[in-house]
Amino acid sequence: MILLSPEWAALLYLAAAVCFILALKGLGAPKTARRGNLIGALGALIAVVTVFLSSRVDNLPWIIATIVVGSAIAAPVSRRVKMTQMPQLVALFNGVGGGAAALVALLELSHVASIGSSLAVAFTVLVGAVSFSGSGITFAKLQELMPTRPITFPGQPIVMALVLLGALVAGGFVVATGSLAAVVILLVLGLVAGVLLVLPVGGADVPIVISLLNAFTGLTVAASGLVLGNVLLLVAGTLVGASGTILTRAMAQAMGRSVGGIIFGAFKGGSTAGSTAVSDRPVRSSSAEDVAILLGYAQRVIVVPGYGLAVAQAQHTMAELAQALEAKGIEVIYGIHPVAGRMPGHMNVLLAEANVPYEVLEEMDEVNPKFKTADVALVVGANDVVNPAAKTSPGSPIYGMPILDVAAARQVVFLKRSMRPGFAGIENELLYEPQTTLLFGDAKDTLGKVLSAVKAL
Amino acid sequence: MDAMTLLTVFVLAVFVGFEVVSKVSSTLHTPLMSGANAIHGIILVGAIIVAGQAEDALVLVIALIAVLLSTVNLVGGFVVTDRMLTMFSGRKQTTSKETAK
Repeated sequence: MILLSPEWAALLYLAAAVCFILALKGLGAPKTARRGNLIGALGALIAVVTVFLSSRVDNLPWIIATIVVGSAIAAPVSRRVKMTQMPQLVALFNGVGGGAAALVALLELSHVASIGSSLAVAFTVLVGAVSFSGSGITFAKLQELMPTRPITFPGQPIVMALVLLGALVAGGFVVATGSLAAVVILLVLGLVAGVLLVLPVGGADVPIVISLLNAFTGLTVAASGLVLGNVLLLVAGTLVGASGTILTRAMAQAMGRSVGGIIFGAFKGGSTAGSTAVSDRPVRSSSAEDVAILLGYAQRVIVVPGYGLAVAQAQHTMAELAQALEAKGIEVIYGIHPVAGRMPGHMNVLLAEANVPYEVLEEMDEVNPKFKTADVALVVGANDVVNPAAKTSPGSPIYGMPILDVAAARQVVFLKRSMRPGFAGIENELLYEPQTTLLFGDAKDTLGKVLSAVKAL
Repeated sequence: MDAMTLLTVFVLAVFVGFEVVSKVSSTLHTPLMSGANAIHGIILVGAIIVAGQAEDALVLVIALIAVLLSTVNLVGGFVVTDRMLTMFSGRKQTTSKETAK
């Protein structure tokens, strides 16, 4: 059905592209973020309607049915997913986008006319496949379907180099001959390369890799735009590719890492990465009542929430405890590490869900000088973000990551499920320090007990 | 469209992309990434074009898989980003309630 002339279609695509630019711009500031996202969705709607009205679309019932099925899968999942599992959902969505771009390019191979287009096809198939399988592995790591620590095997860099060399040769064949077999081989090599790329990445760095793969997918969409001669795909893909690159760098900087270091770090770092040995050195564990006394007679308490708090759904109990302490005239602030949770800003989302007021959430640079004057640092389900190894042991996978200075507080209380190391898979020396007290158990349970003990004081 | 025009569009879009996300606070990194992630789901347009021109069954099936995957990317991406951001705005309401007390 062709209802729109090419000029009208181009105008509407331009409108959609403007929507995407406004969307990214809006997402950059808290006030405009939600509107920005809706403008992006509007742009997508305009673009999809335009393609139906401006080009010959056969198989219409099939296409509509597939879109309906896709929406019916994606919308409820996105609406119901627990906020703690959101990072892996984003990884999954990114992966399927890359996969879709690779398939589109694969099918367009028979229609390409110029060398430029066949190069774009080869690029899209390869990078789209990398993004698809790489995102799959990040999903598995975040969902803890597989070990989160870096996985390396002897000769891994050589295997990777061979795969990339093979991909280069296959890509050459695709451009030279347009052979379908070569492009399928390229697809398979891309899938293998994606797995090899993400396996050696340590748990705590996974979010940065998601962002990097996000930028990759953007570039594949841009390249498909070149293949199809569609300016909207070119613009939208390039926007995501460029902004994703900047975002990846910003995230890496927030963690004190370099992007290259994250991807190649596990090869260089060698054996120290990811020792999961649980030490049997003595620790001081205590009861909820003791912790309540510590808290109840403090003047300033800094809460350091981590992923464990979120997993136990203990945000609300934590907020109640903070209120009970404030009622006693005790100052309670939250110290939020930039990557608390599993992604930058993740913890802010989770605490906002529990209606913790914005004013008491302090970012790392703000809160770090305050630990010196804090009587108790209450670490709830966090580990890597307070691990002094980031400052003191150069061999550690988290070395160089800025941390919250909880060690400076007079007393440190850890609420932990067990002695199991954190997401990065390394031990925390702070647990064995004399000023540290541990309270084992599910965060929600133990916080509940501490809360009733505080009320009884 | 000729190659030079496409190249021009590409280079300009790179600069726009760099420009719009520079200096964003780390609090918003997650929603921003998620929003950008939703935008590349627009590959759906490409998938529809390919599926609409498919002449044999195998091509159609592969193209429909691409349509399915990109729909999941596009719709899921925008919905999950919106959900994240609802929580940010929910926080503001609570804050104003707190100050009202």
